[in-house]
Amino acid sequence: MAEASPYAADALIPHTVEPHPVTGIPNGKLGIWLFLASEVMLFGALFSTYVVIRTTAPHWPPEGGLSSEILNVPLATVNTAVLITSSITMVLSWASLKMQNLPRFRLWLGSTIALAFVFLVIKYFEYTHKFELGHYPSHDNFYAVYFTLTGLHGVHVIGGIIVNTFLLTAGSRMWATEPERFTNRIENAGLYWHFVELVWIFLFPSLYLL
Amino acid sequence: MATTHETTSHEEFKKHLGKYYVVFVALLCLTAITVGVSYLHLNRPLAITVALIIACVKAGMVAAVFMHLLDERKVIYAVLILTVAFFFLVLFLPMFTIVEGSTV
Amino acid sequence: MTAPTTHGATTHAGGNEHSHDQDHGHEHAHGHELPFWRKYIFSVDHKMIGLQYGLTALVFLLVGFSLMMLMRWQLAYPGRPLGWVGKLLGENAMPGGVMAPEFYNQLGAMHGTIMVFMGIVPLAVGAFGNYVVPLQIGAPDMAFPRLNMASYWAFLPGGLLMIYSFFMPGGAAQSGWTNYPPLSVLTQVPGQTMWLFAMVLLITSSLLGSINFIVTIVQLRAKGLGFWRLPFFVHAQFVTSFLLLLAFPPLEAAAVLQLMDRLAGTSFFLPTGLVVSGEQLKVAGGGSPLLWQHLFWFLAHPEVYVLILPAMGIVAEVIANNTRKPLWGYRLLVYSVIFLGFMSFVVWAHHMFMTGMGTTMSTFFQTTTMIISIPSVIILTCFLMSLYGGAIRFTTPMLFATAFLPMFAIGGLTGLPLGLTASDIYLHDTFYVIGHFHYVVAPGTIFALFAGIYYWYPKATGKQMDPTLGKIHFWLSFLCMNGIFMPMFFQGMAGLSRRLYDPTIYAHGRAIQSLNVVISWSAWGLFLAQLPFIWNFFSSLARARAVENPWSATTLEWAAPSPPTHGNFPTPPVVYREPYEYSVPGQTSDFHPQFAGEA
Repeated sequence: MAEASPYAADALIPHTVEPHPVTGIPNGKLGIWLFLASEVMLFGALFSTYVVIRTTAPHWPPEGGLSSEILNVPLATVNTAVLITSSITMVLSWASLKMQNLPRFRLWLGSTIALAFVFLVIKYFEYTHKFELGHYPSHDNFYAVYFTLTGLHGVHVIGGIIVNTFLLTAGSRMWATEPERFTNRIENAGLYWHFVELVWIFLFPSLYLL
Repeated sequence: MATTHETTSHEEFKKHLGKYYVVFVALLCLTAITVGVSYLHLNRPLAITVALIIACVKAGMVAAVFMHLLDERKVIYAVLILTVAFFFLVLFLPMFTIVEGSTV
Repeated sequence: MTAPTTHGATTHAGGNEHSHDQDHGHEHAHGHELPFWRKYIFSVDHKMIGLQYGLTALVFLLVGFSLMMLMRWQLAYPGRPLGWVGKLLGENAMPGGVMAPEFYNQLGAMHGTIMVFMGIVPLAVGAFGNYVVPLQIGAPDMAFPRLNMASYWAFLPGGLLMIYSFFMPGGAAQSGWTNYPPLSVLTQVPGQTMWLFAMVLLITSSLLGSINFIVTIVQLRAKGLGFWRLPFFVHAQFVTSFLLLLAFPPLEAAAVLQLMDRLAGTSFFLPTGLVVSGEQLKVAGGGSPLLWQHLFWFLAHPEVYVLILPAMGIVAEVIANNTRKPLWGYRLLVYSVIFLGFMSFVVWAHHMFMTGMGTTMSTFFQTTTMIISIPSVIILTCFLMSLYGGAIRFTTPMLFATAFLPMFAIGGLTGLPLGLTASDIYLHDTFYVIGHFHYVVAPGTIFALFAGIYYWYPKATGKQMDPTLGKIHFWLSFLCMNGIFMPMFFQGMAGLSRRLYDPTIYAHGRAIQSLNVVISWSAWGLFLAQLPFIWNFFSSLARARAVENPWSATTLEWAAPSPPTHGNFPTPPVVYREPYEYSVPGQTSDFHPQFAGEA
């Protein structure tokens, strides 16, 4: 039993799968929500930066005009739709596991990863277009905010791709041994992925539209 | 949804699935609305208010349904209430202080 | 002896007969010995990770202290060459044996960084939290053992990169431990960039650790261990973890923004029209240097409580144990520590009264600062009341714990004039401030951490540390600590600014220069005072095995064997009562452990 895994430590730990009688959740659920809490504070500070820089600027964007004229709203709208779609495929992959349907789980989680890649590719085109115009983060604080905030969001998307790819491939072996724990893992990965979408829901209007 | 054997939990799940699709469509519609509104070129305070309200509704739907917050346990709510309080602190107090300082 | 009787005896008498059981539990846990690198290096056992954190942090504390001892030479004898030490450090740092001003600035910035982020936090939270919390709540390990390992392995590279920055061209960060822009952004040394990178690693480590602590405390408590039966130390660590979890991310964001300013040429922290050496800087501008200060202090004020709360937790344990009576006002202590945690998020701008804040906001932050002193005073009062009427045993940990009380009181009370805008205008950025926060952190927190080391050493090793060497260590440290920090109040009130490379360039500095000599010799004396401790720490490993539960303590960690084996408890412990049932009337012994069933 415990000897099977080199990191046998979890074998001893209560509530890795079965919920705690008082809190009603297993450890992982609380852990992921605490992690998201810290992420909320991270993006809170970044939005705070945006608010401070914007309220103290004489004009926004500093070079004049409107944000929606500088940034590519149609592409970003498509990207929003892509991310929303990836969110529902994520939740469907979890639901498939709940219904004991592993092939369908693979299909939905695979689509989630594919959509995340689509998001990054579109982002890549947006970025390179700006660079071609010579608009680097140093151009002015509008671009600094735009590149830093979307860049950090992009890093979170990449993080999601890595986690989901692991769960689709090597990580999915757990389904054979501990199906409930694996289903919980997918739910937790989903919580993270929805949070990444949630951040984008605020980033999109505040950067592109306002 | 071609499941081979139906059980009660599967039935329950189908209801959930319906909810997910409703939210999905609503999110797409709200995205279209917020982009559409931006082309009206409302004055800034109004535009910001409208866009933020739409964003909050969208975020609320994602959190409530996709992230299952609607039927989550109390301990999660406790963590989130604390976080939201401090989120608003870090979001607004620096701005208040810096703006007040720059007008002295 | 048959298995069921052993089981019963262990639960009842707190592990007097556990030696058989211990091997038994060990065999069950993981059969064979793990290979060396998995047991001692990439370990997932909270006790090994706790020890790794502890030893690394103690080494870093010594490094940070050494930097200070070098600075004290320059402050006591400005411009005088430093013999062979000067030659050792090379021509860049000490040209002709005399300390270069840039090097002095590096020492100052890195002393603060190392002591806070690589010394005290890892020792208080990483080491004591990791080692003691799972034991005190009766858990087999932390909730996420691999995350725990990842936390240490983010901390160590972060710390090493920070040290490495000294050897980069131009040296380490030199804009103070607070790294205020625009100076920090404009300083053209790679060491500053390295500071930011290392900081991101250190913050990540703390975040992973804090998630783990909260989940562990919420989910893994032993049967019968309700919220009001937790030892105060666990409450303190719980609040501390929330501070780390919610206050650290803004600094992580700020570090990323400063990295962008340095590497990508953005202007998050650079205002429009910044003129450096007579030339206008070629940046876009429009940023706010004050924004950095807000984001920095949003972390760094709660950070003060991250430093002090675990210390208070240790002091509570040691005081209850050595006065042989229950902690006075246990619930009041818990409420105070929670309130303290909340309030620590809304006081940060009292570090920034001199930045041209408006009156409304400075009144707000001044008021919250006065309010936050109330729970601190309540906590201190509870500790004092706990001493009253106790049959105090002056063991080494108790000496350090009792010394904590007046030291923390001095540190706290001298903070009040700094929290009021009117007096802060005069005292801001003087040595008074240095004296104030060092009284909280050095003779305060560090004494509490020493108390913790002496108190839990028998738990981790099975041996007692030598009490005579311990007392020598305590009295010399106590004397030297006060010799260092007490004169700083006088220097500050005389108007001496902190971060001065050579205080004697000012007449008011020359008038009180003799104080600097006193302080420096006390600092070097403090180093000598640590030698008995270091010797004691290692030589005590060779002492004879101590008895189980040598302090006759009531809390759950003493239900496990010393040192605890993998999985900690031979059988899952059950908790029957509140944590500090000392000298209960009608009992045969003067302590009634949480884990002992009714006879």
